[in-house]
Amino acid sequence: MLVSTNVLQRKPPGRKPPAAVWLGENGALVALVVLAVALSLLSGDFLTVTNLLNVGVQAAVTAILAFGATFVIITGGIDLSVGSVAALSAIVLAWTATDAGLPWPLATVIALAVGLACGLVNAALIAYGKLPPFIATLAMLGIARGLALVISQGSPIAMPEAVSHLGDTIGDYLPVPVVVMLIMGLITAVILSRTYSGRAMYAIGGNEEAARLSGINVNRQKLITYALAGLFAAVAGIVLASRLASAQPQAAAGYELDAIAAVVIGGASLSGGKGRAFGTFVGALILAVLRNGLNLLSVSAFWQQVVIGVVIALAVLLDTLRRRGTN
Amino acid sequence: MNDEILRVEGLRKEFPGVVALDGVDFTLRAGEVHVLLGENGAGKSTLIKMLSGAYHPDGGRILVDGAPVEIRTASDAQRLGIATIYQEFNLVPQLTVGENLALGRPPRRFGFVDTRRMHEQAGELLRRVGVDVDPRTPVARLGIARMQMVEIAKALGLNARVLIMDEPTAVLTTTEVERLFDIVRQLRDQGVAIVFITHHLEEIPQIGDRVTVLRDGSSVAEVPATTPEDELVRLMVGRPIDQQYPREPAAPGGTLLQVRGLRREGEFADVSFEVRAGEVVGLAGLVGAGRTEVARSIFGADAYDSGEVLVNGSPLARGDVHAAMEAGLGLVPEDRKGQGLVLGADVGENLGLVTLRRASRGGFVDRPGQRRAAAEVARQLGVRMSGLGQEVRTLSGGNQQKIVIGKWLLAKASVLILDEPTRGVDVGAKVEIYQLINSLTASGHAVLMISSDLPEILGMSDRVLVMARGRLVGELAAGEATQDSVMALAVTEVEDARVH
Repeated sequence: MLVSTNVLQRKPPGRKPPAAVWLGENGALVALVVLAVALSLLSGDFLTVTNLLNVGVQAAVTAILAFGATFVIITGGIDLSVGSVAALSAIVLAWTATDAGLPWPLATVIALAVGLACGLVNAALIAYGKLPPFIATLAMLGIARGLALVISQGSPIAMPEAVSHLGDTIGDYLPVPVVVMLIMGLITAVILSRTYSGRAMYAIGGNEEAARLSGINVNRQKLITYALAGLFAAVAGIVLASRLASAQPQAAAGYELDAIAAVVIGGASLSGGKGRAFGTFVGALILAVLRNGLNLLSVSAFWQQVVIGVVIALAVLLDTLRRRGTN
Repeated sequence: MNDEILRVEGLRKEFPGVVALDGVDFTLRAGEVHVLLGENGAGKSTLIKMLSGAYHPDGGRILVDGAPVEIRTASDAQRLGIATIYQEFNLVPQLTVGENLALGRPPRRFGFVDTRRMHEQAGELLRRVGVDVDPRTPVARLGIARMQMVEIAKALGLNARVLIMDEPTAVLTTTEVERLFDIVRQLRDQGVAIVFITHHLEEIPQIGDRVTVLRDGSSVAEVPATTPEDELVRLMVGRPIDQQYPREPAAPGGTLLQVRGLRREGEFADVSFEVRAGEVVGLAGLVGAGRTEVARSIFGADAYDSGEVLVNGSPLARGDVHAAMEAGLGLVPEDRKGQGLVLGADVGENLGLVTLRRASRGGFVDRPGQRRAAAEVARQLGVRMSGLGQEVRTLSGGNQQKIVIGKWLLAKASVLILDEPTRGVDVGAKVEIYQLINSLTASGHAVLMISSDLPEILGMSDRVLVMARGRLVGELAAGEATQDSVMALAVTEVEDARVH
């Protein structure tokens, strides 16, 4: 008989030094800081209050869309329609306030309701029609954009003056879009971490069947998830139109991809169950800082697209490598 | 010895923060079945992953035919003739059996896949393992036992001389296990060396020649397969376990769960029974007899066509998990990872899943309260973890199962349906789960336990129900239930409720 006298000192698995954990969870934030430091060394114009606020304004619309997309991606879904829904909501606001002559608060409520309704239709197709989220929201991408063109007959519509103040600045320096972005981010963080629906989203994305067998009404939670994405898209659309003082049927085309990129750079997993509001915020800022920096450095718009594509691939690649390291 | 194929010397493997293997010695001869025994976490999986090229050792060496080798990838292992059959099969369900057997190297003719020759070769391999499957059948249509046979055929197709089988019997019924053993013996007689992992001690003398016992990452003993069970247990856990099935019957109280005439077209029919407070009712039968389907229907996870379910005397809405939960039912599903847990979430999050709604006011969750309750129940259950923040993916099978049960304890479920509660759970944790069942019934809970492990059914149930072909075919009191009487019922010829 072979008997070994080895006695093993076993530490509980899964425990890592706190610094490593923090770095692992905030890789995007570290990247943002490195990027900002590099840009302030390369360009004297980067680290000025005016420029940073400008970056904030640039990030705002993408960030608000991305907050909405965060809910969906955490449940393991995807929403390709948010850019189109943003444009449709803004067009509806402008049209009801000008052509239909409704008071602007009512028009705003209707616009938000349109965004919400688009989300509910997405969710109904996904939860009850059992369509894959990619297909359902791809259909909505076309439908919402088409409706925006139909209602506006293809031309921009002026935004009501009262709403256009959303594009202004408070006290001459604080841009309202930045404020709206921060509020929406805070709302997202609270929903995700503190509410029943938020926690249910993580469970559904992590294991839908386990969530269902634990008594979570998965279909109802999906309705809420996509409705939130639609509502956030409406807010983003209104902010965008306010900045331009007019609602344009072709606005925010392709923004859904920026939104998804921001969520993923922020550490969420497209397979669901992971993601945070703060991560998404940082993801959106990275995209905006990168665009801003490349402009300051006079890199051509064509090359900017190449650089941003590379950054998205790198961000997700690093995340994958990190995960492989821990497993 | 010159028929030694594989030798492992002082193998060592570290993961960040954990030494998984520390000094494993192991030898394997041609034409033997060598059982690898150890609790979950003892290092069996790590060892076979190093033999199959999934992990690389940090120390020690592996010799094949007396020469040291490096197994860096799966194809290295394949070249050395080492094949591994994991619990999760490596088959593509959409492809046919023949395509799976020829995966990656189909016979070609003028650059095209020669389908006829592919299926002929497949047929030959299948005959070698003695399984009657048409090579043109899609794998998805096979049952688990036949998929396993296909995996074995695939390994033979790669000219494997060393076949590693990770708990092959865990998912099989008694008759299927017999078939598997026949095939394993036949391969052994052909000179294949087989590494056999099992948690079922009674299988060891039936199939094994030698046993290597691993404990805490080291090989602690190499003994003949005829070693008595209690000695094997002592070697595995490092201490004797007094009783494998420590059932302490409680005084039965009022009826908590009543099932009347439950029927679902093509699945089961005429299922009626009761479970009283303080009782453990075992539900035995062959895999596919409809036990899991009945359990899921009672719990509302699936719908049923007619009949009714009453909890505490009140009828339960059909197909409504939430209503079942509110009435006090809880289900611990058979597929722990696929249906019981959110693997990527942490311990606290998983424990609080069922009580999430109850802990919410106006849509907001009382998370500190949830955390406190989870910490309390984790302590009660003796979950071995680094803290509530540990991902459940990284816990052992026994600890994962405690968490699935724990979430229903938090929800204060009065009737627990346990579907294969100790599958893939090691001996030590099994006894802990049995003790948990004891304390549940002692405090007036009712337990319905589905299990394909007959000794467990006999050891833990106060009454045994037997299902066959979608029907309840008999009920035995704890005193009159024996392996033979239960099996006799389980194979009863009844009108099949599953075909209409």
